[in-house]
Amino acid sequence: MIDVKKIREDFPMYRNNILMQGKPLVWLDSSSTTFKPDSVLEAVSMYYTKMNANSHRGDYDLCYAVDQMVAETRKTVAKFINAQEKEVVFTAGDTASMNLIAFGYATNNLTSEDEILITEAEHASNVLPWYQVAKMIGCKVGFIPLDEEGRITPENLEKVISSKTKIVSIAAIGNVLGYHAPVKKLAEVAHKHGAIIVVDGAQSVPHVKTDVVDLDCDFLCFSGHKMCGPTGIGILYGKYDLLCKTDAYITGGGNNAKFGMCGDVTLLEPPARFEAGTQNLEGIFGLKAAIEYLEQVGMDNIESYEKELKQYAVKKLKECGNVTIYNENSESGIVTFNIDGVFAQDAATYLNSKGIAVRSGLHCAKILTGFLKTPATVRASFYFYTSKEDIDVLADAVKNGGNYLDAYF
Amino acid sequence: MPIFELTPQMMRELLMSHYSSPRHQAKPTGEGYISTHSSTVNCIDDIDVYIKEENGKVVDALWDGVACAISTASTDIVCDLLIGNTKEQADYIIEQYNHMIHEEPYDDSVLDEALAFMNTSKQPARIHCATIGWDALQSLVKKGE
Repeated sequence: MIDVKKIREDFPMYRNNILMQGKPLVWLDSSSTTFKPDSVLEAVSMYYTKMNANSHRGDYDLCYAVDQMVAETRKTVAKFINAQEKEVVFTAGDTASMNLIAFGYATNNLTSEDEILITEAEHASNVLPWYQVAKMIGCKVGFIPLDEEGRITPENLEKVISSKTKIVSIAAIGNVLGYHAPVKKLAEVAHKHGAIIVVDGAQSVPHVKTDVVDLDCDFLCFSGHKMCGPTGIGILYGKYDLLCKTDAYITGGGNNAKFGMCGDVTLLEPPARFEAGTQNLEGIFGLKAAIEYLEQVGMDNIESYEKELKQYAVKKLKECGNVTIYNENSESGIVTFNIDGVFAQDAATYLNSKGIAVRSGLHCAKILTGFLKTPATVRASFYFYTSKEDIDVLADAVKNGGNYLDAYF
Repeated sequence: MPIFELTPQMMRELLMSHYSSPRHQAKPTGEGYISTHSSTVNCIDDIDVYIKEENGKVVDALWDGVACAISTASTDIVCDLLIGNTKEQADYIIEQYNHMIHEEPYDDSVLDEALAFMNTSKQPARIHCATIGWDALQSLVKKGE
């Protein structure tokens, strides 16, 4: 059970009664980023106020303590997604993780004969790195057709996959429509054809329990800031044999064992191979606290509560009578809609004037607009700290959406 | 100062009029136009603007693309304002508009219907929408200077 009122006591962004346009802030943009509980902020602050040492850089106690904390965080992340510690790489975020797979793995293991399959619904960070790989090595990027609702299905993957397909890369939960992809079944299809499956977990890891062994995914990427952690920290999970086949495209201090004057370099084994330079230590400290916080709330509780919020929001928005909803049946806490006759960005400005933070536009999934047949949408996205009252405020505002230009004068 | 004060109702009507029936939304059919494209990561607006000059004067200004109410109306209005002016005058009008948008002192005598955007700073996230077409047209007006 989620007790929103009690949960909000842990979040300064709620306790501080933040106003936007003079109105109490209603935060409905958690797919973009999330609020941070005290424990995360304290962990970040603790790093600077009580430790402050670099990792791998000294023989003194504080340095050792930081190293221990980094190792503990790796262990916490590994347990959270049911991976081994050596399969967990710290990155700057989901985008950095995707790019590491693209430029560290794909460019070194694919040829011009090969193909990468994605879908129209993918976020830019699961499209553009692959386009870049295709440009560099001459391979192809193909699309798995979505079904009429916008879902990805194993049947549709089966239709387009071939022996040339080497990578299938999909979001476990789409950031616009919020459907849960059948990752386990997609992995089965990919593996049957000799391809690996890359999972963009930016919108799934924060919201549903993730078990990389059960899913049998080969790579998984996610960001800390979308799961109550700090910005600038993320995770790349990879099956260890695949990490071993991945080149470090960023090198420097901390990822090499030795190097000499004739250009010979011995890099460290994964995951350290991919962690050159001073890591985002405050981010690593904060990420550990964030995962512990989520575990305390309970991932199953989070998933079922968000489902309840989604159904409530769909019901309330439909009652407004002036709304087109694009993802009524999706399972996650994302509602993508338009107020009839109002351009999405104008709608979002109007909602801003009521203190409501939503996202408008293409949500970085710029290919999906063709599928949705609209140039842009408004997206309200929820987390376990979202209340039904927040959704009521949204619905009340949407009902009067015809007056959207009021915000402007 | 304008001879009468613009009320919010009048501003709304001006904006809606140019949004629902833009006068200058078209691709050029004739020759002699120069154009530029403007789009951004911040919003959905994705437009092309065109001007035609003869003897140092802007004789036509057009735009086309996908845009919200604010950018549609503001781009349409700037097209209206520039036509018939010299490049120097056009640049001056755009400069005054930018001053108004950013709450700096400005010459309101040249802005006419564009005064409907005087409160844009109340919604700072929309400043970009209110200036995308103006900035693009300014780059054309300044071309070849």
